[in-house]
Amino acid sequence: MALELVFQIEGGDFSNAGKASSQIKKVLKQLNIDTRIIKRVVVAVYEAEVNVAAHAHRGQVKALFGETEVEVVVTDQGPGIENIEQAMQPGYSTASKEVREMGFGAGMGLSNIAKNTDNLHIESEVGKGTILTFRCNYS
Amino acid sequence: MKGKTKYHALKVDTEKCFGCTHCMKICPTEAIRIVDGVATIDQYRCVDCGNCLRACPVDAFYVEQNQLSHIEDFKYRVVLFPSVFIGQFSEIYSEGRIYEALLRLGFTHIFEVEQPALWLMESIKESSQELAEGPLISSFCPAIVRLIQSKYPSLTRNIAPRKAPHDLAAHFAIEQLKMQGANESEIGIFYVSPCSAKMAAVNQPVAEKESIVTGVINMKDLYNRIMRLLPANETTDTSGFRQYLSREGILWSLPRGEASWFKKRSMAIDGIHNVVKFLERLENDEVPKLDFLELKSCNQGCAGGILLTGNRFLTVERLQKRALRYPKASQINPEGVRKETVQKKLISDNVEPRPVFVLDQDRTRALEKMKKINNILCHLPGIDCAGCGAPNCHALAEDIVQGKARMTDCIFLQNKFIKELKVKPDKACANLERIWGKKRFEADCNKKGGRNEGF
Ligand SMILES: Nc1ncnc2c1ncn2[C@@H]1O[C@H](COP(=O)(O)OP(=O)(O)OP(=O)(O)O)[C@@H](O)[C@H]1O
Ligand code: SF4
Ligand code: SF4
Ligand SMILES: [Mg+2]
Repeated sequence: MALELVFQIEGGDFSNAGKASSQIKKVLKQLNIDTRIIKRVVVAVYEAEVNVAAHAHRGQVKALFGETEVEVVVTDQGPGIENIEQAMQPGYSTASKEVREMGFGAGMGLSNIAKNTDNLHIESEVGKGTILTFRCNYS
Repeated sequence: MKGKTKYHALKVDTEKCFGCTHCMKICPTEAIRIVDGVATIDQYRCVDCGNCLRACPVDAFYVEQNQLSHIEDFKYRVVLFPSVFIGQFSEIYSEGRIYEALLRLGFTHIFEVEQPALWLMESIKESSQELAEGPLISSFCPAIVRLIQSKYPSLTRNIAPRKAPHDLAAHFAIEQLKMQGANESEIGIFYVSPCSAKMAAVNQPVAEKESIVTGVINMKDLYNRIMRLLPANETTDTSGFRQYLSREGILWSLPRGEASWFKKRSMAIDGIHNVVKFLERLENDEVPKLDFLELKSCNQGCAGGILLTGNRFLTVERLQKRALRYPKASQINPEGVRKETVQKKLISDNVEPRPVFVLDQDRTRALEKMKKINNILCHLPGIDCAGCGAPNCHALAEDIVQGKARMTDCIFLQNKFIKELKVKPDKACANLERIWGKKRFEADCNKKGGRNEGF
C-alpha cells in the first residue's frame, strides 16, 4: 500500500502555495529518489498549487507515494475550466490583473505540468471545480 | 559512507553538560540527542557549524586544543591566520604590536592566509568554466561543504574543486622559504582556525589526500596568549610580513568577500539556517541564473566564527577600515615565487556526495519506514517538547523506525500507557532516567536552569 499525504490550499493564498511541494520533496529525498525526478515532481505540484491559489476558492493536494511512482491528485472547488484544451495551450491565461502583478499568469502552468509528468489527466466541471491527476515514475 | 569515521573538532564536556536541549533545538542537521542526561552528537550528521556551542548556556562544548607544543621541532616556524584574527583586537593595539607578540611566541614567519588572494580567486574563476550548469558554489566554508554533501548531495558537483585560503598561504609560504634556502622538512606550518569547521577540514580534508598544515591552533587560545605578550611599543618593523596583503584579501572571509570578485551574477549568503533555506530553492531551480554563490555558515562570515573573541560586527567594522589602508589585489605581484607553481597545488578533487538523510538504501524498505513514521506521528503530541531526548516529534518518529528509540520515550505516550496499565510506573521512571540521567528525579535547589535563569 502506498503512503498518502494530504495538504489543504486556500484560494488567494500565494504565500503558502509551495508548502505541499516542499513537503513532497522532503519525502522523496528520504526515499532516495533521483534528484532530477524530484525536481519534476516539485515543479508540477507547485504549478498546481499556484493554480488553486490563483483561480479557485480552495482545494487540496493528495500525494500517493508508491514503490515505483508518485501519484498526485489536486482537487479544487472553484470556477472550473470550460475549455481544457485551450487552457493547456502555453500562453493561454485568464489570470486577473492582481494575479499578474504578483508575477503569475503567464499561461505556462498547465503545459509545464504536462511536460514534467507522465500522464496528466484533467477533469473539470464549470461552476464546481477541477480535478488534476498526474504521476511521476521514479526512474 | 558509514564505516569511515568522520573527524570532528567539537566535543561535549559531559561533566558540564546537563542536557538543557538548547543545542539540540538549534542544530541545523538534527545531529544531537540527549542520552543519559547529556548531549550526544551523531558524527555522520554533524557538519561542525558550531551552533550548538553558541547556544550552550554552560560552555559544555569545547573545541579541540592546540597543536602548538611541537613548534619547537622546526627551524622555520610559520604561523598562518585569517585576517579576522586581527579584526578582533581593539584598535588601540596596532597590527605591528600583534605581529611582534606572535614573534615573541616563537614563530619566525607570519602570513595572513589571504595573501596573495588574487591567485586563488583566479583559479576559482577558472574552475567555473569546467562546470556544465551553474552556479559555482564556493568551497570556502567547510561546514557548508559538509552540509551540501549530506543534505543536498546533487549540488556537490557545483562546488568549486579548489582548496581554501590557508592552503594558498601555506604553499606560498613554503615556496618563499624554499627560495630563501629552507628545506621543506625544516618548515612547520601552523594554522590558526576561527572555527571547528576549519579545524575538522584541516584534520580530515574533504577533497584532498592530506593537509599541508603541520598543526592547527585554536584562535581563542592564541588570542589570550597574544594579549599577555603584547609589547607596550612597537620595536621591530614587521610590515615586510604583510607586503602581499590586499584590500580584497582582508575582506575575503566576510560576507560578499568572495562574491564581489565575480562581476556578473553572484550572491552571498551567511548564516547556516539562511543557507539551508536558499539551497532548498536552488535544488528546485527556484532561483535566478547565478554564476557564483558564496555560502558561509556563520552570520557575518568568519567574523562570527565560534573561536573569535568579541563582537562580530565590530570585527567587520575594523576590518573594513583596515582594508582601506591596503592596496588592491591587482596591484600586488609577488616576486620570485611562480604563480603557476602555487596555483597548481590549489586544485582539489571533486567533492563527493555523502547523503545521510535517506531512510533506507532499499526503496521498498524506505517507503515502509516512511509509512511507519507517519503512523507514529499520529500518536505523538506534536508539541516538539524534546522530553524524549530528540529535537522534535518528527525526529523521534524517525529514530523509532530506525531502531534508535521507542514509543515509550515520548513522555505523553508514556503517561497514556501507564494509565492503560501497559507500562509499569517504575519501568517508565527507569526509561526517563535512561534519557535524562540518574539524578534527574532528585531534589536539587542549585540545579542549573532552575531559578529564573532565563538563559
Ligand atoms: N484550478 C483551476 N481552476 C480554474 N481555472 C483554471 C485552473 N487551473 C487553470 N485554469 C485556467 O487555465 C488557464 C491556464 O492555466 P495555466 O496554469 O497554464 O496558466 P496561468 O495559471 O494562467 O498562468 P501561470 O501558471 O503561468 O502563472 C488559467 O488562466 C485558467 O483560466
Ligand atoms: S556543530 Fe552544528 S551540526 Fe554539529 S552538532 Fe553542533 S549544531 Fe549540530
Ligand atoms: S563561516 Fe568561516 S568561521 Fe564560520 S564555519 Fe565557515 S569557515 Fe568557519
Ligand atoms: Mg498556473
